[in-house]
Amino acid sequence: MTEGFTRLFSPLGAGTLGLFAAIGRTAVFAFRALIAAVTPPYYPARLMQQLITIGYFSLPVVGLTALFTGAALAQQIYVGGERFNAASTVPAVTVIAIVRELAPVLGGLMVAGRVSSAMAAELGTMRVTEQIDALQTLRTDPFQFLVAPRLLAAVIVLPLLTLVANAIGVMGGYLLAVYRLGFNAASYLDTTRAYLELDDIVSSLVKAAVFGFVLALMGCYHGYHTKGGAAGVGTATTNAVVSAFLLILLANLVITVLVFG
Amino acid sequence: MTERHGSSLEIAGLRKSFDDKIVLDGVNLGVRPGESLVIIGGSGAGKSVLLKCILGLIQPDSGTILIDGVDMTDQRSDRTDAVRERIGMLFQGGALFDSMPVWRNITFALTQGRARDSKKMHALAIEMLEKVGLEPRVADLRPAEISGGMQKRVALARAIAANPDLIFFDEPTTGLDPIRANTINQLIRGLVTDLGCTAVTITHDMASAHHIADQVAMLHEGRIVWAGPVDQLDKSGNELVDRFIHGRTD
Ligand SMILES: Nc1ncnc2c1ncn2[C@@H]1O[C@H](COP(=O)(O)OP(=O)(O)O)[C@@H](O)[C@H]1O
Ligand SMILES: [Mg+2]
Repeated sequence: MTEGFTRLFSPLGAGTLGLFAAIGRTAVFAFRALIAAVTPPYYPARLMQQLITIGYFSLPVVGLTALFTGAALAQQIYVGGERFNAASTVPAVTVIAIVRELAPVLGGLMVAGRVSSAMAAELGTMRVTEQIDALQTLRTDPFQFLVAPRLLAAVIVLPLLTLVANAIGVMGGYLLAVYRLGFNAASYLDTTRAYLELDDIVSSLVKAAVFGFVLALMGCYHGYHTKGGAAGVGTATTNAVVSAFLLILLANLVITVLVFG
Repeated sequence: MTERHGSSLEIAGLRKSFDDKIVLDGVNLGVRPGESLVIIGGSGAGKSVLLKCILGLIQPDSGTILIDGVDMTDQRSDRTDAVRERIGMLFQGGALFDSMPVWRNITFALTQGRARDSKKMHALAIEMLEKVGLEPRVADLRPAEISGGMQKRVALARAIAANPDLIFFDEPTTGLDPIRANTINQLIRGLVTDLGCTAVTITHDMASAHHIADQVAMLHEGRIVWAGPVDQLDKSGNELVDRFIHGRTD
């Protein structure tokens, strides 16, 4: 009887242990990366390169995501609100939903899809082709040379991308409301401004910075620990994206509850 | 280049297992300053793992590795760092940084990937390319744009660009035609004979082994089963060595 129970639950126990071990390893990795980021030598040129790769080249994707989402949101709030004679809440609810939740979360997810995967693939290839070993024998710390610039760049750039996404998302709602639902342009903007609070913007940016850290950490962690050739690089890439998605959504929940709960 | 003083290397009781698989099972090995040691042994014998243990890329389970009397298995310290600074390594697969042009790869030990003294570094890279028998135009290409054999030679140039005293070569001539292989053999022999470097070379290529080696050691199932001067290799009286050098399968 007990034996049966043990057998039934032992994979669960092993899974839990494995999970804790993975969390521990990730924490150690993150700690090493943070130490590396604040100790010289620094690599400003490599940081710059990452700022451009992560930030500038994510602009189209993040911008379009925000535009489409803002517009769809305005439509839904309008339809939903009409039932309670509350269609006039469109500008207020749109701006709050965009700034507090949708711009940072969807922006973070889109960038994770682009960037965590690319980081895992690049570092993973460097690992399996012994380029990371070669770096070490050439007396360069891979945490300083590879990981720190990626983490820093993502933490710096995600808030900036989110600012842009906030603006474009609100614009998406505005365009749809004004040109399709017949809202007055000036009063739409006035209402938007009246309901937008500084706290919302700050929480939006804080979330974005955390998501940036998470998505770069997952990309670098899975890339750095890649094993087993090309197949290993594939697995690392998948794991990086999936774990970045889950951690972004989890972090969002935690921050939302802490800030607004 | 100035006259240099090769390093000495002493390995005792080195063991390394991955999970249950024993790869190194008590390796004892010594190289005197300015001497060239060639390590032979079948694929999967643990030759590359041995080099990575020496370089500190893999943590051995037990044993000691002394380079010029400094224990490299100790915690990282200024002393081990100073020793590592004088080591060069050619990886089996080349391991060139594919995000950088060839000339930045070659001068990486000097620049640590920074854009300093670019003109001087570019010129130095071209000089190193010439030593490994490659044209200057290769300097501005990316590793992905050159053949495997050329990559190997660029990697060799990278390994020796900072004038190391102790150099490891993991299969330097694999994938090269006999003429190019000979250029590399002469280069490695020259580093030892003319410049006084200590060299440790892994190879399957017996012609290359005869050309490069002062001493030869054979690694088999995680142990050194034979070691001796290169002129004793053909009369070692060791069954495993004979089988290996004559390619017999029985
Ligand atoms: N990082 C590693 N993890 C697990 N096993 C490894 C690792 N590196 C090497 N091995 C195993 O150790 C053995 C020796 O490998 P290696 O030293 O590369 O052989 P070779 O003598 O051909 O260079 C092989 O069986 C290989 O699978
Ligand atoms: Mg090998």
